[in-house]
Amino acid sequence: MEETIRGVLADYAKLPVEVNGIADDADLYALGLTSHASVNVMLGLEDEFDVEFPDALLRKETFQSVASIADALRGLVNAA
Amino acid sequence: MPETHDRTNLAEVARQIGEQVAGPNAVDVDATGRFPAESIRAFREAGLLKAQISVEEGGLGASVDDVADAVAELGRWCASSGMILAMHAIQVACLVRHGESAELVAFRKRVAEDGLLLASATTEVGIGGDVRSSTCAVEAEGERYRLRKQAPVISYGEYADGILVTARRTPESAPSDQVLVVAEKSDYTLARTTEWNALGFRGTCSSGFVLEASGDINYVFATPYGDMSSQTMLPVSHILWSSLWLGMAQEADARARKFVQNAARKNPGVTPPSAMRLAELALVVQQLHDLVQGARARFRSADADGDLRASIGYATSMNSLKVAASGLLVDIVQRAMLICGMAGYANASPFTLGRLLRDAHGAQLMVNNDRINANNAQLLLVQRER
Repeated sequence: MEETIRGVLADYAKLPVEVNGIADDADLYALGLTSHASVNVMLGLEDEFDVEFPDALLRKETFQSVASIADALRGLVNAA
Repeated sequence: MPETHDRTNLAEVARQIGEQVAGPNAVDVDATGRFPAESIRAFREAGLLKAQISVEEGGLGASVDDVADAVAELGRWCASSGMILAMHAIQVACLVRHGESAELVAFRKRVAEDGLLLASATTEVGIGGDVRSSTCAVEAEGERYRLRKQAPVISYGEYADGILVTARRTPESAPSDQVLVVAEKSDYTLARTTEWNALGFRGTCSSGFVLEASGDINYVFATPYGDMSSQTMLPVSHILWSSLWLGMAQEADARARKFVQNAARKNPGVTPPSAMRLAELALVVQQLHDLVQGARARFRSADADGDLRASIGYATSMNSLKVAASGLLVDIVQRAMLICGMAGYANASPFTLGRLLRDAHGAQLMVNNDRINANNAQLLLVQRER
């Protein structure tokens, strides 16, 4: 799952660093993730994993790191 | 000057300052594009500059709502003076809600004690107006920071006692990884790059500057600017601005109403034709009033509800407030102009609306509505409920 998330980040996060080198717990906002780009990452994840983020997960902390995104997605995929 | 230490009558204090100081000088401030120094002096003496700071720290413990009422009152007398109070209060709100270091607490107390006037430098040359992006960076050197910012606008920059500046966290940080920094007057120099000579809000003296600052490293806020922006700076800005615009709209409405009532008195029994336009104007004024009050209620709810505060629906609603209110203001002043006719168009007339109309047009441009709508367009791609 983390590798697929990295693929979506590579496509949509527009980070100034190489996505494959980002640690799971690294702060994506400190690496340059903007709120504008985070919306595109969210849309890319929803398409890739065929899920919809509910209101409760639509917040900055959900997209703080690869690990936090994976946590959120596991909850959604398991619930589906 | 009126003295107050009672936050409940901030609006009445503002009304007195408007009537006695800001109003009588408004024509000169507008004509010459000068800073309304006498208004700011009156704000300071009456405690308006320190209003939001707690009583324990030397302020009045006023809420954003209290300040919004004062700003709206000033909108009726001198929109430039009201806008300066609004922009100052936005900076104070950031200090009160996010200033955690001992140094920032001490600075806040001095803002209260000395009545310091605070300005803002968020936009930067070369970032295309996106305040969530910086080129300049905080350079730490031991216990000091250094930064240099090319600011296309610092409203009343030359007259402020301190400026709150956005910058990248470090020279290595991404453009969106920003912090807010307090720069005190003794810690910076300003080199003016552009002159403020605009259609309206002429007294805000919003020239461009190169700002070079060096100060205590603890004057850098610990909270990321992105969080301060979404929780405080953006909602408080839009609430205080739209409250100012509401006051301007109410003044235009009052002049139109008086004009129609004068006509009615000349011929009792016959409803003047312009009374129908006045009824239509009342609809729009009520829309603006209820829009602003609704947003203020939502802001109070968000203060007590972290989930609401962090939600996308809250962000889009606070953006919509600014776009909707700024459009309604222009509509209202234009409708008032149609009612007052040549008496509204004339500059030397009790019903003159020229300055209000010129000031009103600035509302849609200061942080351009197109940019705010573009942000909302993006957020609405994922927003689930309003």
